[in-house]
Amino acid sequence: MQEKAILIDKKDNVGTALCQLESGESIHAEIEDYAVDIVLLQNIPFGHKFALKDIQQGEAVIKYGESIGLATNQIRQGEHVHVHNVESQKGRGDKR
Amino acid sequence: MKFLGYRRRNGRVGIRNHVLIFPTIVCAAEVARMISSEIPGTVHAIHGCGCGHIGEDKEQVIRTMVGFTGHPNVAGVLLVGNGCELITPEVIAGELAEVGQRVETISVQEAGGTTKCVEEGKRLAEKLLTEVSSVNRESVDVSELTLGLECGGSDAFSGLTANPALGIASDLLVAEGGTAIFTETTEMLGTEQVLAKRAADAEVGKRIYEIIAAAEAKAKSMGVDIRGSQPSPGNIAGGLTSIEEKSLGCIRKGGSTTIMQVVKYAERPTKKGLLIMDGTALDIMSNTGLIASGAQIIVFTTGRGTPVGTPTAPVIKVSTNSVTYNKMKDNIDINAGVIVDGKGTLQSVGQQIFDEILEVASGKVTKAEILGHREFDIHSLGPVL
Repeated sequence: MQEKAILIDKKDNVGTALCQLESGESIHAEIEDYAVDIVLLQNIPFGHKFALKDIQQGEAVIKYGESIGLATNQIRQGEHVHVHNVESQKGRGDKR
Repeated sequence: MKFLGYRRRNGRVGIRNHVLIFPTIVCAAEVARMISSEIPGTVHAIHGCGCGHIGEDKEQVIRTMVGFTGHPNVAGVLLVGNGCELITPEVIAGELAEVGQRVETISVQEAGGTTKCVEEGKRLAEKLLTEVSSVNRESVDVSELTLGLECGGSDAFSGLTANPALGIASDLLVAEGGTAIFTETTEMLGTEQVLAKRAADAEVGKRIYEIIAAAEAKAKSMGVDIRGSQPSPGNIAGGLTSIEEKSLGCIRKGGSTTIMQVVKYAERPTKKGLLIMDGTALDIMSNTGLIASGAQIIVFTTGRGTPVGTPTAPVIKVSTNSVTYNKMKDNIDINAGVIVDGKGTLQSVGQQIFDEILEVASGKVTKAEILGHREFDIHSLGPVL
């Protein structure tokens, strides 16, 4: 059966939707001996990310085992994670 | 492992046998196009450079033109100038003579205008075509292949399917003694700690940090947030949140082998194996730089879909997801989307890409070649004065 979501690294706190996912849907994602089961709080478009655990404001959002930016507000498990709640830390010529 | 290529007099190996009509200055671009359009079997490359370059920019533009026109996929080249430009055909021809390339030159002012220049150019192009048509393919070792790694129109699947599968193909080529080059320094922002760990020595590691810091400093010097351009609006719609996320997905094209050398844009490497070419993230300019550095073939992964090819090197297009593949089958050679569909694995698609590289190197045409995609641009550093 086709997986609904993918987890790339054990350190990751976000998963990626492999198809359009609906709010309220149960998601199972695993890698090696690590598995998470969550319920989505929002619709997640194909290719977009959702939180596998609660992420605090200012905490790093981890994908591929590395930081992809910092959370700009608290993100609850199952919420959509994207440009509205994550801020890049690179190439910020606007921040001097 | 062997493939069928064209061994040039200087020992280098080409996988195509093109006659290239190349303007050394934008003022002669239309004349070059006219000559090429009247002589089927030739290719041409249009660009906006050739005058107003100084210092490092001038060096880079000349290096790119020499690398591109002296490339072993080009059996013969007709350089077209206007006559009063900074980079005349003679400037490039002098360097090409040193690498043993078959070259002819012509200029609009000397020929006496467009019509006379086109007529004379056609005669020279016909002569070159006749000469190169008798060259045959021969069996050569895979270690002679240099693969350019490129991605464009990335989405969240780029880093999950097509790029890691291409990484496996790069690893297979490097294991055979070949060379793979990845570039797009802007799309390495946030991955320097990952890449430097894979450097062959401290010097290569230092260069990796240097080129990425320089790319970030350049972005910051504009005084704005890089998010206005990176990730691009299409990337964001596809689910990519930040340049860090995009970069981490991008670098997976390079596979897992040791990074042997960092070269400048369009610079010929002295090492084999996996290499980094410093350069822009703009796909067309990246392709040109990769070819000028010596890549005979490019594998280009795409999430959102892109039609581009190059004038002289075949481009194998790999889609990251099946939605894009089904929508743009005309343009895409391999679908890595089968990995998320559960119909293939990273390993199977990686092997498929590697096998396709060898077939295309031996003469199989790619979708971009069939459709006549010949996009070209030179990464000028400016300022253009």
